Amino acid sequence: MAHDSHEQVDAVTGVTTTGHTWDGIQELNNPLPRWWLWTFYLTIVWSVLYAIAYPAIPMISSYTQGVLGWQSRDAVVADLEALKQQRSGMTTKLAGASLDEIKQNPEMFAFARAQGKAAFGDNCAPCHGAGGAGAKGYPNLNDDDWLWGGSLAQIDHTIRHGARSTSDQGHSGSMPAFGRDGMLKREEISHVADYVRSLSGLPTDKMADLKAGAKVYADNCAACHGDKGQGMQELGAPNLSDKIWLFGSDKVTIMEGLHNGRGGVMPTWHGRLDDTTIKALTLYVHSLGGDQRH
Amino acid sequence: MDRRPGALPGRCLIWIKAGRLVTSYSIVIQIETIATGSMADAPLPHTYGASAEDAPLYAPRKQIYPQAVKGRYRTIKWIVLAVTLGIYYFLPFIRWDRGPNAPDQAILVDLANSRFYFFFIEIWPQEVYYLTGLLVLAALTLFLMNAVAGRIWCGYLCPQTVWTDLFYAVERWVEGDRRERMRHDREKLTIQVLGRKALKHFIWIMIAWWTGGAWVLYFADAPTLVYELATFQASYIAYLWIGILTFTTYTLAGFMREQVCTYMCPWPRIQAALTDEYALNVTYRYDRGEPRGSVKKNEALKLQDLPAGDCIDCNQCVVVCPTGVDIRKGLQLDCIQCGLCMDACDSVMDKIGRPQGLIAYDTDMNVQARIEGRPEVRRILRPRTLFYAGLITLVGAIMITSLAMRQSLYLSVMHDRNPLFVRLSDGSIRNGFTIRVANKNLDERRYALEMEGLREAKIELVGGEIDQQGRSIVTVGPDQTLEARVLVTDTASTAEDSTSIRFVLIDLATGDTAGASDHFKAP
Repeated sequence: MAHDSHEQVDAVTGVTTTGHTWDGIQELNNPLPRWWLWTFYLTIVWSVLYAIAYPAIPMISSYTQGVLGWQSRDAVVADLEALKQQRSGMTTKLAGASLDEIKQNPEMFAFARAQGKAAFGDNCAPCHGAGGAGAKGYPNLNDDDWLWGGSLAQIDHTIRHGARSTSDQGHSGSMPAFGRDGMLKREEISHVADYVRSLSGLPTDKMADLKAGAKVYADNCAACHGDKGQGMQELGAPNLSDKIWLFGSDKVTIMEGLHNGRGGVMPTWHGRLDDTTIKALTLYVHSLGGDQRH
Repeated sequence: MDRRPGALPGRCLIWIKAGRLVTSYSIVIQIETIATGSMADAPLPHTYGASAEDAPLYAPRKQIYPQAVKGRYRTIKWIVLAVTLGIYYFLPFIRWDRGPNAPDQAILVDLANSRFYFFFIEIWPQEVYYLTGLLVLAALTLFLMNAVAGRIWCGYLCPQTVWTDLFYAVERWVEGDRRERMRHDREKLTIQVLGRKALKHFIWIMIAWWTGGAWVLYFADAPTLVYELATFQASYIAYLWIGILTFTTYTLAGFMREQVCTYMCPWPRIQAALTDEYALNVTYRYDRGEPRGSVKKNEALKLQDLPAGDCIDCNQCVVVCPTGVDIRKGLQLDCIQCGLCMDACDSVMDKIGRPQGLIAYDTDMNVQARIEGRPEVRRILRPRTLFYAGLITLVGAIMITSLAMRQSLYLSVMHDRNPLFVRLSDGSIRNGFTIRVANKNLDERRYALEMEGLREAKIELVGGEIDQQGRSIVTVGPDQTLEARVLVTDTASTAEDSTSIRFVLIDLATGDTAGASDHFKAP
């Protein structure tokens, strides 16, 4: 770009040039369109007024608040309030209905399932998985095996008060550490582990002494897990005769449980979630696979 | 000129001129190089019209005062105006009984409930492809109109033309015809003229306001909304849209007028790419008209056996033109082909005792043919028009067929993503599915859910009822959808990795079925 300090007048248009030349092409010095210029000035005025009216300029430890007192946090609160207001009709209905009534009413059931699904993602998914599939030590909520019972009322109680939680109404009862606390010897643990596998039809070692295992089981385990390994929901003692294993069905995992004991914790949600949300969660979890025994 | 050392010889100047004087639809880009030094005296390349030096780069708008005209095309335009505006303003008030669970307005865009009603047709949002089909049809119809007789749309049907025509009619009625209006604008403003102008703008705004008012009636129950608007109970959105459309109508039809067609609308440009030499256009038949001259002069020429045309240069075709063009300069971008110059010319031809049709629907090709003594060619049926007509028939047939075959029941199914399957305590495998049932009937329906593909499997609809035959029943309200959870359980021994299954819904009232396919997953 060459620069020419002398203004020239273009012969064709009669407009002065800026004196700028690019490869022989000169730039005409046409004025800016008035509408554009005034819009430009208006934006400047606007920005000044905006900075006065709204929070705008960062200071050392705070920022200018603006004369209107508008805060984005207030806007969020207002939006949430509006949302609550919008949902209040259905929320009130849910609050006033029993779990069974909600389940019988398709409209309320659909709303509760949708609300429950969102609440599940926020609160339960970290342990139980996004779809409630669970993980080792965290029960799968889609199957029909319920440690503390799978009826609506039982699920509701478990969510509200938890298991081995801080709530005194929570479920209690743990698998003792038979090995670590010296109640059973290592070979007794091995025998009973083989026996427990046999209860649900899993193959056992040829060398396994099932008879000895049965005796250890009857003496130590049957009180909670039942004489046929059918479990006991009052104590959260798992059914040992079915195909579902919370920690795993291999002998080493079973022996590990016998040695160290087991006792996963479900926290109490009473007071942390409101009553309606707990209801919605109950219905959602129940719809995943509650109640069913085959 | 730049004569500094190092500067490249020559200067390039580019301008774009939207062809007010140009005899085609094209935009003329003229690139002119004026050489320096020894080449400075070389002759300038020829440019259209005036020489390059005094051609302005910008032309301010010239106010157009179209004169009133009577004739065949003016009558057609009045009828089209009455019919199209009548449809626009009164259509929302037509009732159409659909029964108790749907609105009774014939045409209604129900945004709140995401439904579109058109007489006997109800469209759900997922069927918006019908709108695509309509737009395709509209485009093809425009192409066909264009291939047959040029800018029929622009001249007779386009809202911009119709409303501008109406606004001109008001202007003429209040302020008088062309000469009177020109005089008013030229002379000093009097109270009387000011009053007339005020009345004109008032009527314009009333028309514009009614235009916006009619628009919002398509989106709500019309009689109710009229009452609410009149008593100031309607939502602010309704008033806002009325305001927006009042503003656009007032501005576009009152002030922008032909500039919308010349500068804003893309259709004139698209049309240039679509037209061909057989398309009929409003054409000045210069073979008959030229050389033009006054009646007396041309009579004298004829007596001397010299060539004399029928055009008496009375300029009537120009003064009636709403876009201010001279049709005698040929086909041009600004011309919207409204046909008013034909009416003006025909009435003049009647007065001087010459046959009508000096300006008529014709083609340049035929004008040339007559000059050269060749026969005229008029071909409405040609590959282009047949192709467009064929496409219109095809798209229309597809749309009608799909509309006729449309089902009132729709089922979609989604397999649980996590977990894909779950093992139950007895070792059997269960899969969870979410189904969505759409009932497009205007009454409540009950459907039985069945499954094909796994003979031994049990199917359970969570929260659903069971009928006497042991089938799961789902009840869906009128014109609604319902989402439900379905659990399918199969014994592990029969399940493969993935088995194709199909859910079938049976309408208990009519026996209609709808199906959706998915898979049953196992370890």
